[in-house]
Amino acid sequence: MRILGIETSCDETAAAVVEDGRAIHSSVVSSQIDLHARYGGVVPEIASRAHVELISDVIAEATIEAGVELRDLDAVAACHGPGLAGALLVGVSAAKAISLATGLPYVGVNHLEAHLYAAWLADPDLEPPLAVLIVSGGHTMVVIMEDHGRYRIAAETVDDAAGEAFDKVARFLGLGYPGGPAIDRLAPSGDATAIRFPRAMPGEAAFSFAGLKTAVVNHVRRNPDDSVADVAASFQEAVVDQLVDKLVAAADAADAPTLALGGGVAANTRLRARVAEVAAADGRGVFLPSHELCTDNGAMIAAAAWWQLRAHGPTPLDHGTDPNLRLV
Amino acid sequence: MLVLAIDTATPRVALALGDDGHVAGELQLATGTDRGRGVRRHAELLAPAIRSLCDQVGAEVVDISAVAVGIGPGMFTGLRVGVTTAKVLAQTLRVPVVPVPSLDLVAFPARFTSRLVVAILDARRREVFCASYRPVPGGVQRVSEYQVLPPAELVAELAGGGAELLLVGDGVSRYRDEFATLERAEVAGPAFDAPSAVALLEVAAGRLAREEFVNAADVLPMYLRQSDAEINWERV
Ligand SMILES: [Zn+2]
Repeated sequence: MRILGIETSCDETAAAVVEDGRAIHSSVVSSQIDLHARYGGVVPEIASRAHVELISDVIAEATIEAGVELRDLDAVAACHGPGLAGALLVGVSAAKAISLATGLPYVGVNHLEAHLYAAWLADPDLEPPLAVLIVSGGHTMVVIMEDHGRYRIAAETVDDAAGEAFDKVARFLGLGYPGGPAIDRLAPSGDATAIRFPRAMPGEAAFSFAGLKTAVVNHVRRNPDDSVADVAASFQEAVVDQLVDKLVAAADAADAPTLALGGGVAANTRLRARVAEVAAADGRGVFLPSHELCTDNGAMIAAAAWWQLRAHGPTPLDHGTDPNLRLV
Repeated sequence: MLVLAIDTATPRVALALGDDGHVAGELQLATGTDRGRGVRRHAELLAPAIRSLCDQVGAEVVDISAVAVGIGPGMFTGLRVGVTTAKVLAQTLRVPVVPVPSLDLVAFPARFTSRLVVAILDARRREVFCASYRPVPGGVQRVSEYQVLPPAELVAELAGGGAELLLVGDGVSRYRDEFATLERAEVAGPAFDAPSAVALLEVAAGRLAREEFVNAADVLPMYLRQSDAEINWERV
């Protein structure tokens, strides 16, 4: 069963054709990073307008790359939340238009659920339960996936998302946007133990990054001559420590034998290395999706839609979008 | 030839299906005026409404041979839903798409007058979208730019023009007190509040006959306003 998946919840306009929730026939991602760079973050109105401009070409490319006509597919899916209100409307409207024109079933997909299903795209034999860290500019949470369609949020951020912290600190340090890749590039040349930034919420099943950003700002103001690479590396280490500690604690509590990562920050080199390290130390399986599958893409939407369609059937066309949609 | 006409520039969803000089069916739904809710209602209503209208007139969606769409100016969220639906529908069906400014569709039904027709839509934030039109045989001819401005500025501009006016569109009732100060102005009333999908069928028929098509990917809303971030950026 081949499904077209459309993703427009934030700043990537993406579409992909995936077979049986596992085999990617095409995946097209048009990033808007350049449009938002000068503002130091994603501007919702600019993102929404760009999606309307890009959506037709992205869908056309995804079908051409997969060598299929839309009418030969078996379903069409779009992310219907959570995400930016004006941005979500574009992907959902496009998917429904295709459904109307072809008669294919429409499937509205939860963006967070899609990040979980990215794991199956690279490892079709993966079996739940899983402890998954979803970490991006909009989300920071550990999800225990007990089975397909059965999730529990084990830890969530109480303030900023980790990706937001990367962006804010990178901007403060003059490293540009997006902040995650900029700090990832600079950190290896610095000393991650040079400055001991706070690890927030010790022992609690929750994340916090707002205080860490303030700590970096205060430190740099007091020590203006410190090496920027040392500050970046030490900041990154504090973020990664917090992320890895909570992931492991949640996996321990749930007795989950496998760890997985999703979301844009999951592309961070240091985070991937540390998660692989702790998994090996505890004898756990670990699943680290490729960079392309960590960041927002249409393939993960199509993959999640396949599982959802089997379990719950199609989504009615009068179903709208929900910018604040929860995973559970 | 079966043309689907869609306009979602206001809190309404306006649809019509027809061919040359014949309206097979028309559907108009109010999405409510609450802003937060209105945002989502277009996305919930439009696709089922298209299917329902096709069912009512005994047509299939695949029978549609062209899609006409009102591109605004108007509610950004409504426009994103309407324009995206129209262009992807046209792209999937491999049929032409005809974009028409929504203000033209407010003015067109009011063309049987000797007055200057001023189409005015509520733009929120105490502003209106507007344009002026001169009735001509078979339609209207736009004689101003498409503008977004505070109602008081539009009133001042129109008062200075000295022409006999016919005011149409939901911006007129929204700013009733401001427009009441205009002399020599008649107000068309609620039947002329929203862009007309039937007018869109008529305007599109002419463009289709002249083969004035646009590549589906290139059909975009007419916003008339920059995003706040761009405005603030340029101010710095
Ligand atoms: Zn995401």
